[in-house]
Amino acid sequence: MPVTVARSLDDALSALEEHPNALILAGGTDVMVEVNKGTRPVEQVISIGRVPELQDWEHEGDWLHLGAAVTYTELMGEELSSLVPALAQAARTVGSPQIRNAGTIGGNLGTSSPAGDTLPALFALNAILTIRSKTTVKEVPIDEFITGVKSNSLNPGELIEKIRVPVLEGPQEFCKIGPRNAMVISVASFTLLTDHQEKQVKSCLGTVGPVPIRPTEAEDFISGEVNWEQNTVRPEVLDNFAALCSSAARPIDDHRGSAAYRRHAIRVLSRRAASRVFSEEIS
Amino acid sequence: MSNDFYTLKVNGENHQVLDAWTGESLLWVLRERLGFPGAKNACEEGECGSCSVRIDEEIVCSCLVLAGSAIDQEITTIEGLAPEGELGDVQQAFIEAGAVQCGFCTPGLLVTIDHLLEENQNPDDLTVREAISGNLCRCTGYGRILEAVQIAAASRRGENHE
Ligand SMILES: Cc1cc2nc3c(=O)[nH]c(=O)nc-3n(C[C@H](O)[C@H](O)[C@H](O)COP(=O)(O)OP(=O)(O)OC[C@H]3O[C@@H](n4cnc5c(N)ncnc54)[C@H](O)[C@@H]3O)c2cc1C
Ligand code: FES
Ligand code: FES
Repeated sequence: MPVTVARSLDDALSALEEHPNALILAGGTDVMVEVNKGTRPVEQVISIGRVPELQDWEHEGDWLHLGAAVTYTELMGEELSSLVPALAQAARTVGSPQIRNAGTIGGNLGTSSPAGDTLPALFALNAILTIRSKTTVKEVPIDEFITGVKSNSLNPGELIEKIRVPVLEGPQEFCKIGPRNAMVISVASFTLLTDHQEKQVKSCLGTVGPVPIRPTEAEDFISGEVNWEQNTVRPEVLDNFAALCSSAARPIDDHRGSAAYRRHAIRVLSRRAASRVFSEEIS
Repeated sequence: MSNDFYTLKVNGENHQVLDAWTGESLLWVLRERLGFPGAKNACEEGECGSCSVRIDEEIVCSCLVLAGSAIDQEITTIEGLAPEGELGDVQQAFIEAGAVQCGFCTPGLLVTIDHLLEENQNPDDLTVREAISGNLCRCTGYGRILEAVQIAAASRRGENHE
């Protein structure tokens, strides 16, 4: 049986135990592009897109548990966009309606592309992944899961079951630059979260390094400058924040944009995101 | 599912797919094995939407669906929008508005728009543009397609138009 259409998590895990190197198929929006081109061998396939445990999500106290097969369309829905606005905004920029109906957050993680649009929000949220095989389960922080350009720490026989992120109090923003409006791979992106409980700004740069980058110096700087009662900052703080974010970038030149352009884009996006989240104090 | 065949339900009828290669896309199987040439192949990488079909309640690119994984689902193609030899309301509206030039994008758009109108019989311009943002048309410039959507929407609301 070359294709197993799993109907439960246990189905999927048993099939994976039998065929540890099987191709895990969720929405297929990355996998099938390669299969169609003939660059991805297909022998055993385990389809997990219709496993209820993986399609579900649950809000529990201060945490949100997202099944790996939650689609972009689901992430953009009313409930999830109020719980994790930055993730929903990122989902909103992925591909087209057709791609968002099929593509999943687990697939974005599985591909581990530097341009993966959900990754920066997951890094900023310090997401924890539940990685499961038939006989083992472990929790892996996102920055240990993603290990480089299109590489991650998943072993044969394992799958991503869930992604756990905190539900924060405070506005969030995701900004992305690409060559046009619909169906666009990121040239640079910026995610900004606020945590009014901890009085902290958390952010992440996308597509300007081999893996998403947390600009920690910029985060510490702006967190100390925000007037958390009023939710305001002085305009020069925004400028300095943007400069620090841009200097944290490690972009490359490629056919989508030059390193210099990407660095500049981060400066613009980070200032824009921060000025949407905080009002500027008038001096 | 056995080695030699699997069954796909297309437009309400079961079809057996025999001796297929595991990696075949739904688009390929529909067109080359099952005799549904309506969905078109223009890119095979999810960019153009000309292969759009409905699976259960969602529009997807059939070129990105592994055919063997689409068992036990309701697949609707352009051929399923109206009985053989008849035109559905969206098809009729496309003709009225002159929304077809080369026609390559048309089946995908029709499936997409039919689904949109099922959910929303009074879509505003932005909603329509968003709904068809995954269906590229290189000929018409979209003006007449947008017009056709409104004609079809009006007819679904039971309104007459000139
Ligand atoms: C036209 C088009 C536009 C796109 N635009 C964007 C965009 O704007 N932004 C963006 O980030 N991406 C984009 N993508 C890429 C793709 O849609 C996303 O990466 C998507 O999240 C992949 O999810 P999927 O469910 O389709 O994954 P699949 O293709 O099914 O799988 C992708 C990889 O993840 C693995 N995998 C999937 N689920 C699991 C799991 N639970 N456990 C372990 N491994 C798993 C698979 O084995 C495979 O290696 C686009 C793709 C297309 C075709
Ligand atoms: S052929 Fe499927 S999107 Fe172009
Ligand atoms: S009519 Fe030719 S692509 Fe749309």
